[in-house]
Amino acid sequence: MKQRIKKLRAQSVNTKPFVTPERAILITEFYKSDIANSVSAPVRRALAFQYLMEHKSICINEGELIVGERGPSPRATPTYPEICCHSLQDLDILNSRKKISFSVSEETKKVYKEEIIPFWKGKSIRDKIFSEMSYEWIAAYEAGIITEFMEQRAPGHTVLDDKIYKKGFLDFKEDIKGSMEKLDFLNDPEAYHKREQLKAMEIAADALIRFAQRHAEKARELAKQEKDPERRKELEKIAESCSWVPAHAPRDFWEALQHYWFVHLGVITELNGWDSFNPGRLDQHLYPFYQKGLEEGSLTRERAKELLQAFWVKFNNHPAPPKVGVTAAESSTYTDFALINNGGVKADGSDAVNELSYLILDVVEEMRIPQPSSMVQISKKTPDRFLQRALNIIKTGFGQPSVFNTDEIIQELLRQGKSPEDARNGGSSGCVETGAFGKEHYKLTGYFNLVKVLEITLNNGLDPRTGKKIGLETGDPAEFSSFDELMEAFQKQLDYFIDIKIKGNNIIERLYADYVPAPFLSLLISDCIAKGKDYHNGGARYNTSYIQGVGMGTITDSLAAIKFNVFDKKHHTMREMLNALKENFEGHENLRQRLLNKTPKYGNDDDYADEIMKAVFEIYFDAVDGRPNTIGGHHRINLLPTTVHIYFGKVSGATPDGRKAAEPLSEGVSPVQGADRNGPTAVIKSVAKMDHPRTGGTLLNQKFTPQLLADEDGINKLAHLIRTYFKLDGHHIQFNVISADTLRDAQEHPEKYRDLIVRVAGYSDYFVDLGVELQNEIIKRTEHQNF
Amino acid sequence: MIKGIIFDIKRYAIHDGPGIRTTIFFKGCPLRCWWCHNPEGLSFEPELIFRENRCLNECTECIRSCAKGALSRTDQYIHIDREGCDLCGECAQVCPSEALEIIGREMSVAEVMKEIEKDMIFYDESEGGVTFSGGEPLMQPEFLNALLEECKQRKIHTALDTCGYASLKVIDKISHKMGLFLYDIKIMDDKRHREYTGESNKPILENLQKLAERGSRLAVRIPIIPGVNDDEDNINKIAEFILSLPGIKDISLLPFHSAARAKYQRLKQADRMEGTQPPSDKKTEEIKRTLEDFGLRVKIGG
Repeated sequence: MKQRIKKLRAQSVNTKPFVTPERAILITEFYKSDIANSVSAPVRRALAFQYLMEHKSICINEGELIVGERGPSPRATPTYPEICCHSLQDLDILNSRKKISFSVSEETKKVYKEEIIPFWKGKSIRDKIFSEMSYEWIAAYEAGIITEFMEQRAPGHTVLDDKIYKKGFLDFKEDIKGSMEKLDFLNDPEAYHKREQLKAMEIAADALIRFAQRHAEKARELAKQEKDPERRKELEKIAESCSWVPAHAPRDFWEALQHYWFVHLGVITELNGWDSFNPGRLDQHLYPFYQKGLEEGSLTRERAKELLQAFWVKFNNHPAPPKVGVTAAESSTYTDFALINNGGVKADGSDAVNELSYLILDVVEEMRIPQPSSMVQISKKTPDRFLQRALNIIKTGFGQPSVFNTDEIIQELLRQGKSPEDARNGGSSGCVETGAFGKEHYKLTGYFNLVKVLEITLNNGLDPRTGKKIGLETGDPAEFSSFDELMEAFQKQLDYFIDIKIKGNNIIERLYADYVPAPFLSLLISDCIAKGKDYHNGGARYNTSYIQGVGMGTITDSLAAIKFNVFDKKHHTMREMLNALKENFEGHENLRQRLLNKTPKYGNDDDYADEIMKAVFEIYFDAVDGRPNTIGGHHRINLLPTTVHIYFGKVSGATPDGRKAAEPLSEGVSPVQGADRNGPTAVIKSVAKMDHPRTGGTLLNQKFTPQLLADEDGINKLAHLIRTYFKLDGHHIQFNVISADTLRDAQEHPEKYRDLIVRVAGYSDYFVDLGVELQNEIIKRTEHQNF
Repeated sequence: MIKGIIFDIKRYAIHDGPGIRTTIFFKGCPLRCWWCHNPEGLSFEPELIFRENRCLNECTECIRSCAKGALSRTDQYIHIDREGCDLCGECAQVCPSEALEIIGREMSVAEVMKEIEKDMIFYDESEGGVTFSGGEPLMQPEFLNALLEECKQRKIHTALDTCGYASLKVIDKISHKMGLFLYDIKIMDDKRHREYTGESNKPILENLQKLAERGSRLAVRIPIIPGVNDDEDNINKIAEFILSLPGIKDISLLPFHSAARAKYQRLKQADRMEGTQPPSDKKTEEIKRTLEDFGLRVKIGG
């Protein structure tokens, strides 16, 4: 690694994230202005964006090759009071909490107290959401049955395709002009709204060009002062690039990266959408520039690598916007989930792996930082050596890259109605979410606690934690004469809560469409310009709302435990079971041990348990899939947890699988931690009994001891294991290659392990930054050992 | 119906032959190697074991379940009256915490095949298969043969992890059906062989010779046991013997490890290797080089 990259990397890794009030001050100034109150919503948002791009500070760091920061300096994290206005208490919590804290200065608190809070109180989207939601919705939210993704952050998750590498923003303006000309004010009642939207997009395009020009000016100024002739030349080239992109399509590899980076900054400054933003299939997008550079002699492999590394640092400079409350609990990480896709197939279905795919893996290996996240897409056509190269990085034990099944992703997208070409150009973003890159508005709307729904069912509609009746009265389970009756009651209860969630979603979606359109993001996602519609309002070609099911392992084992011990073997009566749960197994250790050791469990290739998993999957799928959203699309399911399985565990009482109250739930589609005892092939067989292609992504975590991957033979066998999982239509698999002993030592001596990065759930993070419950949960995951 | 005694089935076995495999552990072994790392596989009989650390303090389910009255408790400890116990397994069945466990159970060919078939898709992908290990599978020849027939019918690759101590008749019956032999050679000096394994190495070496002459696929495995068989003389003799046979090229060195120590404690058996440390990496490398100088292909580990 070159000296310059080492320095930039160190600056990024060693700077503690802090809250900058800059954006909050600017957006408040703008919203107070007369103009803000005299224009349509899309134009207001575009002018707000323009105001930010015109006035936010410009940052070019020493030695940087890719320039531009969201805040005034690396790791400065802005706030978005129009979405979520932090209270003074929130700021104190952010500043003082043990994990994932953000420094908040006294000046920031002062400006919040005097300017920001007084203006936004009651006006933020968060305030609007909580005042619009039904009593039942609030009850489910407070009980920990659902969470709400859009409560503190805007709809996001979406990913870019290759369009910006072919077009600059002046070209987008031409497209806008074309759409304006086609408006039909005689017959189309929407024509006026469309024109306002297109006007807004035009303003947003100009704003980004202006933002880049400001960087060009700054670079020129720095160049004049620069003594080192080489750096001076670099600064001049940066200035030249910033005057060319993003107005025009990039001309070389370096400009392509800079071009994307401006677009990235635009998206994450306009709003705080989830999963920041994501270039997607980077190896595909950059390859033409790479090839051309090598052919012309203007680029070397080494230079390309250095530029990519400089680009990598930029992602790591940008922590996720500060989260509080339930949102902080469900996504407790600085990571903002930009997931670089590598490999996969081309639009024509042929293998897409190229030289750059390998070079990007080199970059991932050398940089060893949590952001950006990286993955490899493996299709049946992908060469083995590419998978093996990825596994050789995975074996070094920092959880990257994760491994995805391209063929299965394509099946998912086709089932949802995407064209074959859009499906093949797609991939996964965030943790494991499937999308048609550059053409789809797809958002996670919130987590759904499958286990808590069973708890409510077992208590006839009551939440035992609070004593409140929040569910349906589906009958006293002690009176049920068969397991089917229990499943029926569970299904009714689940349908009830899913209805509540979807009703809420369909209001919240409108709040974003009506109050905070995203004209800048709309420039980037097809077909917003062609339709004259906002990204938040159905402008995208495809529009999908996900509800993420959580606790598949725990719910399966819990239902299996009841079926086996109460109805089939009659070891215990339902009353005894309920009583033991109520008492958190105090004085019922024999029962608990039997539940833990002598009861069928998911993850062991045992149909007894796995059939129940399938039944739960069908119930969940039927409740959600195909229900309309308000923007011309549908609700779908996926199964991933980020860190919510810790929070959902905390609010859930003891469960019939032997889990004690408040302990974490299982994560993703992985078996309950420690319940899988027959090795990884049995896990894979069990998990693959689920019909993954009917989801929008599932997450499977596996933990291997380093010895299992010590030699090439071990790597090859792991490759076969993955290929088989993918043959069985598994969606994604990721690995921690680290021993439990090391993790325990890291818990005791965090100072020795500041660099230790582990896989959490769809992303990697510093182990010492994780809460102790999450640390314990990762330690408890079954460790596949050297047999 | 032919039945066998099996004490474990491990899936994703990746050190017992090519590809991803399932390893079937046969109970019972004719040798008594001092360093045996599967002591639970030595006896032909099922065994009842007790794990103190798993036992629940006030639980009496096992004692109540025992029709022979062979169990009793003192504090944290369940006494097993080995004379009275008829190994019916009822106590292990009711024990909620798996403190009591029966090692070894009678299984039919169909039952074992069902387990083997579970990972067929992994064998297909990785060119793996099933490995028969133990204990010593050749001690249950009828059962082994029946499993081999079934595997052959399903085109599942088979390997035999064996000490080679069996009658030629037994070897003859299975050799042409077996995909691969993972064949142990331990000590060339017969006197020392008897001392450390309890039996002569004569039939072992003769059987290997026969198999080699008939063209069976063979890989030789040498456990490296410090102070027992890691001397230059023994290693040289092994190499010379192998070179005198046709067609054997692959050698795996299996360095001694102490992972079985806990098993000896659980089985209440003496660990005769107590205090022995695994060979150093340097030593293992040295042996590897010595063998390579003979022109053999040597791998450390299975």
